[in-house]
Amino acid sequence: MKVCDLDTLGLDQGGHLLLKHALAGVAVGERVEVRGDSPELAVHVRAWCRAQGHGYEWPYVVRGASAGARERGADTTGGVAERAPSTWGLAARGALVEAGGPDFPFTLDEKSAVWTDAAAGIYRQAVAAQWDPAVAVDWNEPFDLPKEVEDAVVQVMTYLIENENAALVVPARFLGQIHPHFREVVGVLAVQVADEARHVEVFTRRAELKRGGGPLGLSTVGGQASLLTLLEEPDFALAHFLLSVLGEGTFLSLLSFLERYAPDPVTRRITHLALADEARHVAFGMAHLGAVMAGDPSLRPRLAATVRRRHDALASTAGLNSEVFDALVVLAAGTFTPAAIADGFAKVQTLEADMDEGRRRRLAKLGFDRDEAAELAELHTRNFM
Amino acid sequence: MADFQNTPLLMGAVAYDSKVVTIWDGFRDWFAGQGFEFDYVLYSNYERQVEALSAGHIHVAWNSPLAWVRAARMGDVRAVAMRDTDCDLTSVVVVRADSGIESVADLAGRTVAVGAVDSPQATLIPLSHLRSLGVDDVKVQYHDVGVGKHGDHVGGERDAARALMSGAADAACMIDGNHLLFGVEGTMPAGSTVIVAQTPPYDHCNFTVAGSAPAGLVERFRELLLGMSYDDPQVRPLLDLEGLKAWREGRTSGYAQLERAVEEVGFYDGAGSVTASDYHP
Repeated sequence: MKVCDLDTLGLDQGGHLLLKHALAGVAVGERVEVRGDSPELAVHVRAWCRAQGHGYEWPYVVRGASAGARERGADTTGGVAERAPSTWGLAARGALVEAGGPDFPFTLDEKSAVWTDAAAGIYRQAVAAQWDPAVAVDWNEPFDLPKEVEDAVVQVMTYLIENENAALVVPARFLGQIHPHFREVVGVLAVQVADEARHVEVFTRRAELKRGGGPLGLSTVGGQASLLTLLEEPDFALAHFLLSVLGEGTFLSLLSFLERYAPDPVTRRITHLALADEARHVAFGMAHLGAVMAGDPSLRPRLAATVRRRHDALASTAGLNSEVFDALVVLAAGTFTPAAIADGFAKVQTLEADMDEGRRRRLAKLGFDRDEAAELAELHTRNFM
Repeated sequence: MADFQNTPLLMGAVAYDSKVVTIWDGFRDWFAGQGFEFDYVLYSNYERQVEALSAGHIHVAWNSPLAWVRAARMGDVRAVAMRDTDCDLTSVVVVRADSGIESVADLAGRTVAVGAVDSPQATLIPLSHLRSLGVDDVKVQYHDVGVGKHGDHVGGERDAARALMSGAADAACMIDGNHLLFGVEGTMPAGSTVIVAQTPPYDHCNFTVAGSAPAGLVERFRELLLGMSYDDPQVRPLLDLEGLKAWREGRTSGYAQLERAVEEVGFYDGAGSVTASDYHP
């Protein structure tokens, strides 16, 4: 017969763990002999057995049938499931989930809608590439810009901030809808949200750096209307396409332009840091959309329809506001002279062509034919994001 | 009862805690899923419930042991089922380890903290046990939490334990499981108390059925209860809340100690009228 020797340990000191362990080693109906010197042992073992459904025949306890009930009939959640049941809830992937739990309303619960094998690698890269704005940027590096150029930088920062706010809110909205079973995808989006929060911070700090508490630039109706259409897209794949493939994809060109022609070291540094993060967001968007499309050919025409619909919705708005366009020209010019402005203007025209080319390339990579890629690239919002 | 022949089986329960609604709503749904119409009525105290059972307002009462004792005095009743955890409880009388009290005889003339005046496990049965051991001159210090709920609320026992630990009492009475609980939660740290007396085993709650209740409905109710399995994920949370692993056949062999205690203090008379003068549910 199995013996459980508790020595001087009482059940009010954790002794139940040894008893439970001993009972797990015998069959239902079999006895375990309990030994020990704790004065209340017999009283406590009686009470414990009654509460746990075990028999009590001092100094023996008899294993009851209810032990292990939570494990019996529990769901095994190992491996990435094609569909994660709502009752798996917040459980770790790989956990045994007791049956009968509450339903969690995670609407994005199908692997085919959210998954890409690239997610785990992108998550690892994202975590390793995190940077601290207080350390990664020398905010005290001296520089002095002509007032017109500083104003242009502030206007561009003002524009970037509202776009980064959109890039934060869109994944955040879907984050709570994705079943936590697909934890790598949730992880990538969570870091993405944190990235955008950091971008909002550094662009704000740069905008305010020489402002002395004065107002920042102009936020226009047209710009906000364009971003609202992003926030209003209810479908994860479509929103991810608009935001990460087209919007953030276009921003790669913009941030690259800003890094290259930045008139001051702080602007150069923060756009460089943001560019690396955005490139990762675009890579994840491409990987996700590619994976979804591989399993669902009907997605491609829906993506195209979404671009056309958004274009129609924004047809009556102003597109990129002139303040931003002009600010980009002045920023690239560096000084406020006719020759420099001509140079800046030409650089912004090149930027727009570069953005268009980038969109075509990414659309082609997702399987759109050349003509449709060109058409859709052209229809993308004039507000860039 | 004749008016109720065609109604669902109607059970009374005492609302000693808000979880009672969760429990019986859950069981009602489960019974409905088995094609059995069941409903429940909540009472604020066991005396009202037993009177309702006697008057034929309900078919079944989920009764405390004291409510069973009274119902049995008031009329023709039987116990059809109970929890596994209602069988073979004991109560203990404890003192502080450093008190110098070594046996129950040392309690003579001392203050003994008990639960509510109507608690079988923390008042009536252990005090009767002390009397049976010849200790009948203690000063009883009641901790009246939830009077009328027959000690279902753990608060009275915990207050008695705290009174012991603070020195306001020389001994305290409680159910064996609460001695373990209070040790684990730190109300009475491990090793700080010594058990000087333990009652023989007794039984706790049961489903008390009026003799006039429709036999077919009662039998189906009993069958369904006994058929519930802790392996069933739908009922397991309800069984956990109600504190059992399995329902058992009702038995009435475990109430003799309480009967004796009720007689000794004159809690009820032979016809089930409340005669305890200091009891106001």
